[in-house]
Amino acid sequence: MVEHGDIRVVHRGGSKIDFREPAITNDSRFLLCASGECVKVFSTSTEECIHDLRGHTDLVTGVLLRPSNHLQVYSCSVDGTVRLWDFTDGILIKTYVIGCPIYSIYASADHEGVIFIVIPMLSDKRSELFQLAAVSLPQSGDQLVEARELSAVLSNVSSNPAAIAFGRGGEYIASAKGLQLEVFFFKKQKSYKFFLKEDNKKGGLNTFTCVACHPKNDCIATGHEDGKIRLWRNFNQQKEYTYSTLHWHHNAVSSLRFTPEGTNLLSGGVESVLVQWRYNQESQRDFLPRLGAAITHIAVSPDGALFCTSHSDNKITIIQSCVKVSAVLQGLVKGESVRTDLMVDPRSKALVLNGKPGHLQFYSLQRDKLLYNLDIVQQEYIHELGLEQFEVVKAAFDASGTWLATVEERKQKSAELEINLKLWAFDEQTQSFVLNTTISAPHEARITAMCFRQATDSQTTMLVSTSTDGHFKAWQLVAPAHTEDEGPSWSCDFVGTYRGLVPKCCCFSADSSLLAVSFQEVVTVWSPTSWELLTTLSQPPGAIRDLCFGRLSCSKYLLGFTTKDLLCCWNLLTCSLEWSTSMDISLLLADPLSENMAAFCCQAGCTDLFVFKPSEPRPLFSQKAVCSGTVTRAVFAPREKMLESCEESSQWLNRSQLHFLTQHMDLMTFTTKAEDDRLMASSKQLVIDDSVAMTPFYLLLGKHRHQQQESQDPVSSLSAERTPLPQGSVAVKELLQSPAHVLPSTSFLCSMFVQSLLISITDPREANKNAEEEMESEKEEEDSEEEMEASTSRPGQATVSGQSAECAAPTPALSKAQARELRRVKKLDRSWLAGLLDF
Amino acid sequence: MGEFKVHRVRFFDYMPSAIRAMAFNHRTERLAVARSDGAVEIFNFTDSYYQEKVIPGRDGRAVEALCWVGQRLFSAGLNGEITEYDLENLRPQYIVEAYGGPIWTISCNSQGTHLAVGCEDGTVKLFEILKEKIQFQRNLDRQKSRIISLCWHPSGAQIAAGMMDMIKIFDTETGRATHRLLVERGVGTSKTREVVVWSVAFLSDNTIVSGDSAGKVQIWDGSMGTLVRTHLVTKWDVLALSVSQDESSLIAGTSEGTVVQFQFLSSTVDRQDPEWVRTRTFKSHSHDVRALVLTDTAVVSGGMDTQLSVRPLLDKVEKNTQEAAQRKIAFPHRNLVSCAKKAGLLLFQFPDHLELWRLGESDGNGKPGDSLPLKRKPEKLLQLKRKGEDHICCSAVSPCGGWLVYSTVSSVRLYKLQYSNNSVSITKVSKLPRELQSVHQLCFSADSSRLFAASSQSSVVVVALNQLECKYLQTLRHKSGSRQPVHLLFPSEDGRWLATANTDCQIHVYNLQKMKLHCAVPVHSSCPTAIAIHPTSSRLVSVHADQQIFEFSLLQQEYTEWSRKLQKQGLHSVWLKRDTPVTSVGFSPRNPTHILLNDTFMFCIIDQSLPLPESRTLLLNQTVLRSLPGPERARQSHAFKICKNFQNVLSVALLDDLSLAVVERPLLDVMAQLPAPVRQKKFAT
Repeated sequence: MVEHGDIRVVHRGGSKIDFREPAITNDSRFLLCASGECVKVFSTSTEECIHDLRGHTDLVTGVLLRPSNHLQVYSCSVDGTVRLWDFTDGILIKTYVIGCPIYSIYASADHEGVIFIVIPMLSDKRSELFQLAAVSLPQSGDQLVEARELSAVLSNVSSNPAAIAFGRGGEYIASAKGLQLEVFFFKKQKSYKFFLKEDNKKGGLNTFTCVACHPKNDCIATGHEDGKIRLWRNFNQQKEYTYSTLHWHHNAVSSLRFTPEGTNLLSGGVESVLVQWRYNQESQRDFLPRLGAAITHIAVSPDGALFCTSHSDNKITIIQSCVKVSAVLQGLVKGESVRTDLMVDPRSKALVLNGKPGHLQFYSLQRDKLLYNLDIVQQEYIHELGLEQFEVVKAAFDASGTWLATVEERKQKSAELEINLKLWAFDEQTQSFVLNTTISAPHEARITAMCFRQATDSQTTMLVSTSTDGHFKAWQLVAPAHTEDEGPSWSCDFVGTYRGLVPKCCCFSADSSLLAVSFQEVVTVWSPTSWELLTTLSQPPGAIRDLCFGRLSCSKYLLGFTTKDLLCCWNLLTCSLEWSTSMDISLLLADPLSENMAAFCCQAGCTDLFVFKPSEPRPLFSQKAVCSGTVTRAVFAPREKMLESCEESSQWLNRSQLHFLTQHMDLMTFTTKAEDDRLMASSKQLVIDDSVAMTPFYLLLGKHRHQQQESQDPVSSLSAERTPLPQGSVAVKELLQSPAHVLPSTSFLCSMFVQSLLISITDPREANKNAEEEMESEKEEEDSEEEMEASTSRPGQATVSGQSAECAAPTPALSKAQARELRRVKKLDRSWLAGLLDF
Repeated sequence: MGEFKVHRVRFFDYMPSAIRAMAFNHRTERLAVARSDGAVEIFNFTDSYYQEKVIPGRDGRAVEALCWVGQRLFSAGLNGEITEYDLENLRPQYIVEAYGGPIWTISCNSQGTHLAVGCEDGTVKLFEILKEKIQFQRNLDRQKSRIISLCWHPSGAQIAAGMMDMIKIFDTETGRATHRLLVERGVGTSKTREVVVWSVAFLSDNTIVSGDSAGKVQIWDGSMGTLVRTHLVTKWDVLALSVSQDESSLIAGTSEGTVVQFQFLSSTVDRQDPEWVRTRTFKSHSHDVRALVLTDTAVVSGGMDTQLSVRPLLDKVEKNTQEAAQRKIAFPHRNLVSCAKKAGLLLFQFPDHLELWRLGESDGNGKPGDSLPLKRKPEKLLQLKRKGEDHICCSAVSPCGGWLVYSTVSSVRLYKLQYSNNSVSITKVSKLPRELQSVHQLCFSADSSRLFAASSQSSVVVVALNQLECKYLQTLRHKSGSRQPVHLLFPSEDGRWLATANTDCQIHVYNLQKMKLHCAVPVHSSCPTAIAIHPTSSRLVSVHADQQIFEFSLLQQEYTEWSRKLQKQGLHSVWLKRDTPVTSVGFSPRNPTHILLNDTFMFCIIDQSLPLPESRTLLLNQTVLRSLPGPERARQSHAFKICKNFQNVLSVALLDDLSLAVVERPLLDVMAQLPAPVRQKKFAT
């Protein structure tokens, strides 16, 4: 296999699922949401991701059920295509090439064959002006269709998809931008514009944030920056329009949605409360509070039974009839910024970073699923703008993952900085971290860096923290002095200073024999066992910004970069500068599994990546303009399975994968072409036969059905041969291995279990066979017959039945009717017998 | 601009009384407002909402409802009487006892033939309106509970009456109740309390709208007697309803101070099944909205917080016009303060008493903007309680401070004041000439030797005063035939002229030496709000409700050059946009080209020697000018020098020692004296 080593930067794992409004299918069983470059299909009942619809090559910006076929879905993307998918099977049906970035998509059942998309006004991608255009989709059998016939409907619309909505029966479309609401009537081809004043006297901002149209009446609901909702009526004229105002939200309304019958209006905002207003009785409202984070989108299922709300912490909540949260889909939680570094938990290999306010989140990159949140601050978070609350600012794991150190701080106006250093021990029993020691005010000023000693001998664990107060402190786990009932706790072991300078960063060498602490221009190297200053290294001018030891064979090197854009590499054996180069580095990190180091450089608003070995002068890999803005957080995550790439430029990705956070808090990673291909192939494989969700429940039930079918087939052909034994035993195995809470009711399992036992005793006689059939639930009889008819349409199963028919050929054939008659007689017989026994 | 020593007077505890009822005459565009002290005020909506007339109240006559019948104004009150007002003489014309206990409501049919009143004893009484009087015609079926609200069907065949717990529909032909609509009681604790239907409206399509004490606005089908919709508007009471003339919109006023608008809208564009939909909410008041009027273009509301609010409906008016601005009328447009310029005394007029104050004194000097230390504190010299039950309608103190006069609807009282060191002695002048009757405006001549009293039919009675007696001199009349009352009187300081203005917008000038009409100033379409005659050059300056300023030379009997220039160039748009009328005009003896004006929010000096402001220049340029160097300042300055240091100014007077007495009544002080509003949940409290 020829490796093609082109490496792409992709969204993989941890991408936003709250970016656009999700779509709920007609039967309310699936939830489709845009997530990075793919569309994810979730089951609304089990919260599992059933499959990814992959194909777009850039960010997906909209998901919309096709109005004329409820089993198909449109998705649009910045890559300039609209794709039509069969979401039950995960098959791409058609690709419409539009040719310019698309920011949102709308369609109405009354506009057959036309979709409406928001595209930039000018072909320039950075243009700030957007227009709504209608695209008539050409009828063509090809998979790839060019659809370049655009006709502009509205110019100067908002790129926010919530700001445009179709009105009753697709007769008009309402678009809000800034302080203007525009309603375009398709029949009259006329639009009306309504303006609001910039703010009212009390300082409320009237800017529109979102729009929703009543499905039955001519009423447009608009949300505003100051938390008001306006219901516009009589808007088919320029002058005598009117609106009423509803006010509950205290901050901007971010989403509005009418229920399908128009009886209720749902609204949500930063308060994380879903508000349900009765249409025409707006003084009556219902609330669903404590949804966790600000609501960004609201979607309603077509039958109105399910609501789902997207939240700013990358979460989708599925709500049953506005009373009960029935499921929560949690993606990687992203705040406005990550204060902690990106880390990989050595035990679970999960990505660890700031999650919900005051929490650390553990996110499995492999499964693309949030594992759990660890509450660090352990204080109630108050949803209020401008309130200073405790934040987790630093966190560090030790090499084995048994200790976690966290720093939280709070800076209130006119108050001193409050810092807490917390140390958490991993508890094997509960499989989570338990608070061991809390050190309040560990330093007098902000902690700048913190690292664990990568202890080879497990009894001495050490943590070093540096602070702007001019000290660095070493913390050590010590056994308690007096009482036996308390376990060991952490205390300060050593306080170090260097000429009164302020330490910036610290780093242990790979074998933990050396500690490097940078004091402005000077790097000091200490022995952590004796706390003796071994040597100082310096490369003025410019203070050191970060330090990093090389790994494995390069562990003799210490790398650091300065504020004067200099990357230095010292050889610790000679205590001299090995090499230095001038680079504007924003982030330097070492791969723990190889000698490789990655440096992100900021240049002209873009970030470039260099991967190099400290011992070699030539970089292994470099890519210009990885993303726009500076990259300040990145991590090497070890792979579960090593890649077998031999291409030189992609070898560095073999053992671990490099993830980084862009300025806009998108988690990006590097992927090779081979990896891409493999993923595509695996997603194709995943196509499941039916519209049944791929759940553990299905695996059990589906197999059972399957088996039942096959057991029916012989009946139809009257074969004496039973289906082979292994299948029955699989069912038993599954029954015994599945967790109890996912199993169906015992009464159901019982018959299955008994049946599987019966199968093992093969009896050639017909009567016995029929009796065994009886033991299956009787009401399934019709079901199974239906399935038999259905099975003819499935080629795969048809061949199976054909095969079984072939092997059943020697036995005398009985017609289906005869078989049924026989069964009935048998049933009668049994009941009579039972009655006799009772007697 | 000139510097003045200013007396900032804040001891006038004027308290306007709450608005109880309003009635709007759509034909003449006059709004009648009844206050809780029984006073009735007439506002002219075609003339910048100017308060044309005030009919003073009377103890024990609380007006509960008002009703226009053509040009005639009727009121009814809890004293059980129906009153018709004489709008020319500003007094009740006659009073009819209804004999049904307290009257809660009065309503006239659209034909203008009958009045219906709702009484405490449960009867609806019909009165026939005759010329010059009303006559009892019949009682409708007597009910068990009091009739709180009434509304005629536009055809005049039916009356809807709101009562306790129910609405009844009466046939006016037979007098029988045809339908009984039961109004649901409120939820919760108020379930046991009966619900009061505070207001009903009967629309021409037989829809009845009711507002009740449970906070509901309910829409009923009047022909079937069924409830169509309930809109829960407030937790408290819905006190007032008003329907627009085309019946496409209605408003409801609540105890929370909000006004809720409902509109008759179709649910979709192409269907014709309109229904009443709640649309806008206006919050113009802090207290109960007791009275409401929906005009074609605006929501007019008034209530416990004493302010009259005019809120234009933005879908009915052109944007950015004078009409589109919201107005709040908090203070009367006439002067309640009279100033003895020579003696430095201020006379404050309250409905039931007068207060005479001596201004404080200070000998300190300071920079502009400094407050000076007081040598002598202001001092209340006198509090004079009125006699009788009628409220004081006008009062005056003579410039020398020696005379004091006040008038009620029924009588005029003149007092002589004598000061000896710290005490004041007051003696009533017992014998007054018979001609001093039915007086609406009083003032003294500059030398305090004459008293002028505006009497009926725009006439002015002149009375000579001396130490011993007061003698009737003459009645000055004009020949225009106007019978409207005089609301402004101004005797010139040189004693030659007397100018009068009446609500027909006419200004007449009398020659006091010849005791006859000198001339009539050409009539401007808007009512004059302040007039003054220049002390030396005999020029009459008049300011009108539409903010126009005219200067008329009495000797040449023509507009002066400056006035014509002003009219030609037009006034600055910012000046025209002000929403309170100029209430006084004065002149500075120091600088004869200066005219001093004030309204509620500003004090202005017009310097006639400077050029008029161009339309694009800044009108309020005092702070800008102060920062400029000398020559530049001279180039940029214009005739209008406006000072906004004072808020809620009731009166400004220039004393003879060239100090200004500015009487302020901060609105917050008025608000503080109001009873507590209904409790409302405020966010984050």
